[in-house]
Amino acid sequence: MENFPSVSSQSQATLLSIFSQEYQKHIKRTHAKHHTSEAIESYYQRYLNGVGKNGAAPVLLELANEVDYAPSLMARIILERFLQEHEETPPSKSVINSMLRDPSQIPDGVLANQVYQCVVNDCCYGPLVDCIKHAIGHEHEVLLRDLLLEKNLSFLDEDQLRAKGYDKTPDFILQVPVAVEGHIIHWIESKASFGDECSHHAYLHDQFWSYWNRFGPGLVIYWYGFIQELDCNRDRGILLKACFPTDIVTLCHGVA
Amino acid sequence: MAAVLESLLREEVSVAAAVRWIARSAQSSEDDPGEAAALSPLRPLRKEFVPFLLNFLREQSSRVLPQGPPTPAKAPGSSAALPGRPGGPPRGSRGARSQLFPPTQLPSPAAEVPSARRGGRRRGPGPARERGGRGPAGLEEGAGGEGLPWAASRRPRGSGSPGSPSLARSDPPNLSNLEEFPPVGSVPLGPAGTKPSRRINPTPVSEERSLSKPKTCFTSPPINCVPSSQPSVLDTSPWGHGLPPGCRSLQEEREMLRKERSKQLQQSPTPACPTPESGSPLPSRIGNLTAEPADPAGVSSHRRLELVALIYSSCLAENLVPNLFLELFFILQLLTARRMVAVKDSDLEPSPGALDSLESPLFQSVHDCVFFAVQVLEHQFQVLSCLDKGTLKLLAENERLLCFSPALQGRLQAAYESSVAKVSLAMPPSAQAVSFQPETDNRANFSSDRAFHTFKKQRDVFYEVLREWEDHHEQPGWDFEKGLGSRIRAMMGQLSAACSHSHFVRLFQKQLLQMCQSPGGAGGPVLGEAPDVLSMLGADKLGRLRRLQERLVAPQSSGGPCPPPTFPGCQGFFRDFILSASSFQFNQHLMDSLSLKIRELNGLALPQPEPSDEDGESDVDWQGERRQFAVVLLSLRLLAKFLGFVAFLPYRGPEPPPTRELQDSILALRSQVPPALDVLALLQQGLRARRAVLTVPWLVEFLSLADHIVPMLDYYRSVFTLLLHLHRSLVLSKEGEGEMCFLNKLLLLAVLGWLFQIPTVPEDLFFLEEGQLEAFEVDTVASEHGLDGMPVVDQHLLYTCCPYIGELRKLLASWVSGSSARSGGFVRKITPTTTTSLGAQPPRTTQGLQAQLAQAFFHNQPPSLRRTVEFVAERIGSNCVKHIKATLVADLVRQAESLLQEQLVMQGQEGGDPAQLLESLCSQLCPHGAQALTQGREFCQKKSPGAVRALLPEETPAAVLSSAEHIAVGLATEKACAWLSANITALIRREVKAAVSRLLRAQGPEPAARGERRGCSRACEHHAPLPSHLISEIKDVLSLAAGPRDPEEGVSPEHLEQLLGQLGQMLQCRQFLCPPAEQHLAKCSVELASLLVADQIPVLGPPAQHQLDRGQARRLLHMLLSLWKDNFQVPVPLQLLLSPRNVGLLADTRPREWDLLLFLLRELVEKGLMGQTEIEACLGSLREAQWPGDFSEELATLFNLFLAEPHVPEPQLRACELVQPNRGTVLAQS
Repeated sequence: MENFPSVSSQSQATLLSIFSQEYQKHIKRTHAKHHTSEAIESYYQRYLNGVGKNGAAPVLLELANEVDYAPSLMARIILERFLQEHEETPPSKSVINSMLRDPSQIPDGVLANQVYQCVVNDCCYGPLVDCIKHAIGHEHEVLLRDLLLEKNLSFLDEDQLRAKGYDKTPDFILQVPVAVEGHIIHWIESKASFGDECSHHAYLHDQFWSYWNRFGPGLVIYWYGFIQELDCNRDRGILLKACFPTDIVTLCHGVA
Repeated sequence: MAAVLESLLREEVSVAAAVRWIARSAQSSEDDPGEAAALSPLRPLRKEFVPFLLNFLREQSSRVLPQGPPTPAKAPGSSAALPGRPGGPPRGSRGARSQLFPPTQLPSPAAEVPSARRGGRRRGPGPARERGGRGPAGLEEGAGGEGLPWAASRRPRGSGSPGSPSLARSDPPNLSNLEEFPPVGSVPLGPAGTKPSRRINPTPVSEERSLSKPKTCFTSPPINCVPSSQPSVLDTSPWGHGLPPGCRSLQEEREMLRKERSKQLQQSPTPACPTPESGSPLPSRIGNLTAEPADPAGVSSHRRLELVALIYSSCLAENLVPNLFLELFFILQLLTARRMVAVKDSDLEPSPGALDSLESPLFQSVHDCVFFAVQVLEHQFQVLSCLDKGTLKLLAENERLLCFSPALQGRLQAAYESSVAKVSLAMPPSAQAVSFQPETDNRANFSSDRAFHTFKKQRDVFYEVLREWEDHHEQPGWDFEKGLGSRIRAMMGQLSAACSHSHFVRLFQKQLLQMCQSPGGAGGPVLGEAPDVLSMLGADKLGRLRRLQERLVAPQSSGGPCPPPTFPGCQGFFRDFILSASSFQFNQHLMDSLSLKIRELNGLALPQPEPSDEDGESDVDWQGERRQFAVVLLSLRLLAKFLGFVAFLPYRGPEPPPTRELQDSILALRSQVPPALDVLALLQQGLRARRAVLTVPWLVEFLSLADHIVPMLDYYRSVFTLLLHLHRSLVLSKEGEGEMCFLNKLLLLAVLGWLFQIPTVPEDLFFLEEGQLEAFEVDTVASEHGLDGMPVVDQHLLYTCCPYIGELRKLLASWVSGSSARSGGFVRKITPTTTTSLGAQPPRTTQGLQAQLAQAFFHNQPPSLRRTVEFVAERIGSNCVKHIKATLVADLVRQAESLLQEQLVMQGQEGGDPAQLLESLCSQLCPHGAQALTQGREFCQKKSPGAVRALLPEETPAAVLSSAEHIAVGLATEKACAWLSANITALIRREVKAAVSRLLRAQGPEPAARGERRGCSRACEHHAPLPSHLISEIKDVLSLAAGPRDPEEGVSPEHLEQLLGQLGQMLQCRQFLCPPAEQHLAKCSVELASLLVADQIPVLGPPAQHQLDRGQARRLLHMLLSLWKDNFQVPVPLQLLLSPRNVGLLADTRPREWDLLLFLLRELVEKGLMGQTEIEACLGSLREAQWPGDFSEELATLFNLFLAEPHVPEPQLRACELVQPNRGTVLAQS
């Protein structure tokens, strides 16, 4: 923990989030290497050899670990390759996704087991992990919604905004802006992850600035903390917090 | 011309008569016959007098050490090198320091004097030498004779026949050759290193401009721009160039003057200049020049200076000079002159007898300059008193002014104390985005999904570019085009559809208004200056101030009193964006949009006159009126500037056409192009409706960006002529009924004066149109009080529109700080306090007597009443439409939905062709739209009166209130009904269509389950474990079961039980649950069940029994069954229990245990979770899979066992299966 002074107050979840992000960066860096046709062919042959010897052995999982690639993604490579060989038309993405979600749809029983084993043993990728991530995000949105309701701040949520035809929608738009630590806030985005440089920049580009472009300044809550130096756009209208703010100033309706 | 001045100086002609003579060509009855006689022969020269006077003063003052912004370093020994050149002192424009005074060998004394005379900033008839050196020869030809009467008045000299005046007018000489008189800021073309500021030459454009060099820029204030004084060999004639050739008498007279003068010079004693420094190098650093004290006792000739001051002031008062503020700047320069340039002793000394003539210099010392300046300032007190408080303070505290005219100082002090024209510091500008408005920005406003999404991206790219610009544009070396150009073009390239262009232009224009007009955007940027550190400091801290000034190496970016049009601050971004985008379509759409907005704002109903309101109420109202006016005016100016920029962009070039032929052909081409905006008509309308104060300022902005050809086009020439007439008519001293307010006039004078100095506006334009001036009479609607008569302009607005007026203050401040104003001085930012956005244009009723009555009703009411009523009507009308949408239309949509549902039930799931469905629905529902009008009327009737009542003062008389309410109701109803009757059918169609497609899309498993799913009981405190946590836990169990695992790894049965218990709690709470999570949990629970059945879950405990006992397994299965039955609200993929893969798990176990599976299947049927037949089907298909032989047998046995069990069909189950046949068989959707 001494190595992470800026996050020392954060919980284990923060560290897990950071780990997950780092692992994803690692996978992104090596992604191309595993997708050359030579690599795919060699993996597939090794898989075939492996299951030929013992179908019950964790062939695919061990292969993934050996070449340092996410098991779910390795399962996807082999599944694609397998379907290419066995089907007339190349498999569509949705078919592959569906099979990864429910391996019993895979025509080959051995492969189904191997894929299933990969999916349940993968801690960073795969449909189950995606679902967990999604659930965590949703849970924090619900949490945020409750906090807003508790503070009596009226808002429009994403679904309402989408119904109105907004093209980009933060989690919540405040119907009456508030000030947080002296900064005007029109919208709040909940991020159930650690705000590291890489993800924050991606979010800025894809989401936060787009929100600013439409709704003005706003607040991002990184529930698992963030790198303090990233909170540099406050004056430009993007405020970062690691929790729901306490210093909220609302518009007074009384006569001045 | 000199003759006129001389006769004035001799008091043969009164100043008043002379000014009348100049301003009006016709003789007035007031004129003394003698005076008239003296002046009438000079008539042809009339229009040349003012330029002559201005040039004369510039020349005379040219020895005064420069004070103003363009202060050059003084070249050592320069003045010594130029003996006898009072007109060629160390003054020149910036940027030419090294070659200001090149040592010049003058060929002969005869050439000396004229060259000295040439030194001044010239206005007036130019010498013929500009035409490629034909100069002196030109003087010899043609008719002459204007000089005769002048000669007669001075000293009789008979010969010479009077020339024809028409000739004189038709062939005026041209001073516009910028080769010799280059404008300041341009690259010096010849050995003459300095750049004179522009002169005003009454030379017809059509005649000679084609040969003149381009004026590239002009930034210099006049006085410092004393031209090069590099004598041209060809030029031997001083100011007589304008005279028609053959004007011998004048020529001769000149010659004589010269001779006489040089005689005087030789006789003169030591000049009044106390610190002669001839030949000694002056320190080149600015800020080190100490001022010479000025003393009223040292003034050389009171009477003469008074007279010149009087005539000069009268010209100012009559608006005979092009730019009032330029002259004021000049005067303040004289006031703050530091010292006289040293000249040879003999040079200056006036001979006592020559004081009433032009022979001796007008300003012989600093004392003279100050005296003259103070004299003029006394005449200009009215204007001065309207300057901002800071300038007034500096003036009132000026010790010279106090010394020369304590009375004026007293008045200024009083004006300062009573002034409320405060200035405020600018706030740091920050960009604000244009907000997304669903009404205009959502999908319905785009032709296709693609266009919508493209625009979505474009909006983000636009702001990305904007942010990048904000970050980088001040960094040295950063280039807009290099940095952003390609990205902008790529973005513009995607705007294919016309509709997308209009969306983007709307965004662009809104952003432009928002950024460049907000307090932040207007302050610094509009003034065109970097934040002024000096203004933060007090003037008293002189030492610190100086040190600070010395540290500021870079000069401030002030453009002097006549800066060229620029795009300061954020405006630069928008200009560069347009340039980089270089998109024809974009420019066209932008022009359309700008024109529309300009028309809209220009026609906006602004405050109507308030009938004699003596109480404080009107003040409060006026504040608002002014603010609104300022917002509208500033918006208009900004929009017009950009319109001018884009409209003239294709024609803009650094130079006017090089030849007359080329120019003619361009003119022929251009004259057939219709103007981007009919500014002539708008100007005429504005003058008629007495709204010049609104129209002219933006028109000036528009014209300031015109190219060189524009002023020559007939259309625009008419515009300029009108503007010139207007300028002349704005006599500040005239007050009274029907006159424009003082500050309104001042604003117009300032902007017009500025316009006349723009490089692209021909120099001679101003003095040219004189002949027709009398004809100018605006056909105003007499009864109507226009904006012009209302005090809509205040100092804030004046300074915001004309930041260059602030140069006066800078000049004065630099005097205080004891240094040149070049490095700063006092400039504070003036920000408009007006930031409220423009309200929508109030609806106008044009028809019917009722409308007229309503207008009449408002006529005698305070304007706030009208605004209130219009506002209420506008809002209520708009709310009415929204209300109808939310009630009537929403009801119809609900009806449509139920009709559709019925139809779907009738026609089966597929429901037929959606288009047909929609048509039939619409034909049923649209007739109901007629109710909208009735309901709308009711709504307006109900809502409007209350709103009016709440907004009007309590004391409003009952009758007035009731009328106001009625009008509001009427207007609101009119607005709402007009919209509704035009759009209700389309609206219903659109909404129904959206509903139908929503419903058709949502077909399938989703809709039925939706209704009751959300929410737990109120008492719930949401303490159940989070869904993400449970998925994660179950995943761990699954991965343990799937392996690989260490031998000692496993889960305890208690943990499994606890896990399922938590799952139950969570499914009951549901607070944090979302459908995808629930679906995954359902699927995981089925997998868990399969593992239990196959006994594949490794259990912690003694190594011997790594398996669950039967009882535990059954208990867990029971828990799962009840979760499936009672808690899951998504379909549970139970058929997976019988998938080959999960059943295959059993194949691996030895001995195989089938009882749990059988138990589970029976329970499923029992609990109604799966149907008997469904299970049978699954089992049947299982047998088709390939299994080991013994396994197949066992499977068959199981099948038989299951079938053997008597199956009791439950009626509810059947019914349930019918209603929801898919339940339980639908795969989990993720």
